[in-house]
Amino acid sequence: MELLIQQLVSGVATGGIYACMALSIVMIYQAIHHLNFAQGEMAMFSTFIAWQLLQWGLPYWIVIPLTVAISFSGGIAIERIVIGPLGEAAVLSHAVVFIGLYAVINSLASFIWDFTTRPFPSPFGAGSQFGNLISNQQIGMIAVTLLVLALLYAFFRYTRVGLAMRAAAENPTSARLAGIRVGLMAALGWGMAAAVGSIAGVLIAPIVFLEPNMMLSILLYGFAGAVLGGLSNPAGAVAGGFAVGVIENLAGTYVPVIGSELKLPIALLLIVIVLVFRPTGLFGRTIVQRV
Amino acid sequence: MQNRRFFLKRGIAGLLLSASLALSSPGHAAGKYDPGASDAEIKIGNTNPYSGPASAYSTIAKTFDAYFNKLNEEGGINGRKIKFISYDDGYSPPKSVEQVRKLVESDEVLLVFQPLGTANNIAIRKYMNGKKVPQLFVSSGAATFGDPKQFPWTMGWQPSYESEGIVYARWILEHLPNAKIGVLYQNDDFGKDVLKGLKIGLGDKTSTIVAALPYETSQPTVDSEVIKLKASGADAFINVATPKFAAQAIKKAYEIGWTPTQILSNVSDVVNDVLKPAGLEASTGILSTAYLKDSGDPQWADDPGMKDFYAFMDKYYPAGDKSSKSNAYAYTVAQTLVHVLKQCGDDLTRANVMKQAASMQQVTMPLFLSGMTMTTSETDYYPIKQLQMKKFDGTRWVHFGKVISSEDLQDTHKP
Repeated sequence: MELLIQQLVSGVATGGIYACMALSIVMIYQAIHHLNFAQGEMAMFSTFIAWQLLQWGLPYWIVIPLTVAISFSGGIAIERIVIGPLGEAAVLSHAVVFIGLYAVINSLASFIWDFTTRPFPSPFGAGSQFGNLISNQQIGMIAVTLLVLALLYAFFRYTRVGLAMRAAAENPTSARLAGIRVGLMAALGWGMAAAVGSIAGVLIAPIVFLEPNMMLSILLYGFAGAVLGGLSNPAGAVAGGFAVGVIENLAGTYVPVIGSELKLPIALLLIVIVLVFRPTGLFGRTIVQRV
Repeated sequence: MQNRRFFLKRGIAGLLLSASLALSSPGHAAGKYDPGASDAEIKIGNTNPYSGPASAYSTIAKTFDAYFNKLNEEGGINGRKIKFISYDDGYSPPKSVEQVRKLVESDEVLLVFQPLGTANNIAIRKYMNGKKVPQLFVSSGAATFGDPKQFPWTMGWQPSYESEGIVYARWILEHLPNAKIGVLYQNDDFGKDVLKGLKIGLGDKTSTIVAALPYETSQPTVDSEVIKLKASGADAFINVATPKFAAQAIKKAYEIGWTPTQILSNVSDVVNDVLKPAGLEASTGILSTAYLKDSGDPQWADDPGMKDFYAFMDKYYPAGDKSSKSNAYAYTVAQTLVHVLKQCGDDLTRANVMKQAASMQQVTMPLFLSGMTMTTSETDYYPIKQLQMKKFDGTRWVHFGKVISSEDLQDTHKP
């Protein structure tokens, strides 16, 4: 029983990492209707920036907003310089550019900061709660993820810019006719995705440690969470992230065939199952398009 | 026609042979050479990951280059200069094969020294043995690189992962005979070799391993595994992980209040990379093993071997990190190669290089911990088989106890 509770809590804690990542994946999907493979690397790079600022002696409460601001401008810059010129190119062209971005950002980070594993200070202090089951950092991470989720929900639901962004992503032509500047919206979406990613990175780094490849597998689990919950629904994606963390731990512990060795394939299996039976995800909306 | 060309060739070869015999100066002992060696120089090849995910290791090859520069400035080996040719393989095995072919066939090196990576060395091993070119002191701890029966041209250097496992088992049997052992291991040749060594060393007490859990490098964390290990009731935790995961495991064990005797694989015994991220308080008391003096530890500041190493780094590789374990390792393995080449004398054939490498008798090196030696033979291709235990006291590693050997248990007949 103790093992079950521990694995559950630890699954929720790990799921929090995936949820964080899933949220930033959905964020960019909302803005451009593409899956950005470089999302994890962008978050990693932002985290390195935060680390560097901390190394220079700036206090935490300046570093975080500064990092978010830098990431926001960085995201916009990437959209303007690399993605914008692609325009309405085919999905494959976008995928290739994303993979290219992935490689460039990863190499750049390792060139500047090398591959050493670095500790990243936790803003929530060292201790842990509930009989040492979950660290303060993990609780803080989950809380911030939910907060960001609420903010994003409100943004997309109730603000003019949020609605305009959704319109620009879902139907660029009509949006343009309605007077929305589609290009600007896409750039804003990239900026926001990069900003959400930077928060995810800063939250995750104290747990998995900071190094250029830290996001590699997390991105995969994040995708699994996002697909499970539904790419069109931020709340669903967060729930999906938690679900992946818990399912992975429980299956690894109690299904003897799976053990620790087959934990990663579970995430992939989840993606396949969901895509076969509910392509829009557990919480996704089915979009009906008139043709 | 065929015949004439054959005779022509032989004729020219004979002519060249007699000419070269006549030309060799009387004062200089006429050397016996294979491609890559001459009166003037010895060509040594190497592959290293200068780019890609493992590029941090390339400091090893940079240290080699610096060391051979120093050696050449001091007159070389028996009057011959070293020409060190090192190519980037990006840590990718097919690329290593390509680069090694280039080294052997186009650069015509005498031997390939310290190619890095387990998979990379396995990838080139067949080619090296087919061509009968020494693949000397490979940069990997996999136990498979000590199999003279099948691969007489391939030799390892550092203590194999297997022998590390054997040493831990011996220490536990002696000091914690009633321990219940929990193992976290990376699911690859490194983790599996240490686990295998552990089982060999425990012998009929293998059942004291109450849990052995693998993890994949693709996992974000090993939290779940550590919780399971605690639940298994283990009171001795053997952490066979690469740096990031090793640090996560130490931190998690501390957070969930699990306080077993901890043994950490020496792959991850780096204070800055592992113990500091994991937390110094959480890391205090952890045990590991070593065979080299730690160049980052002030206790060796007055050690003559260490002083030479620092002087070398300052002059020939100032950009390198003096406290880095990789650089001290590279310095020592380069010295081992120089020892072997000196032993070869004027017989610089590939066969003699292997013969000399396989006849080291109690050879010691300046950065070895006291009591550590290298011994090899035609049937023993593992130069270093001993390790000494060490304990982390909160700031640095303190060596203790006698040198533990794995020699008698090492399985020299690989499948």
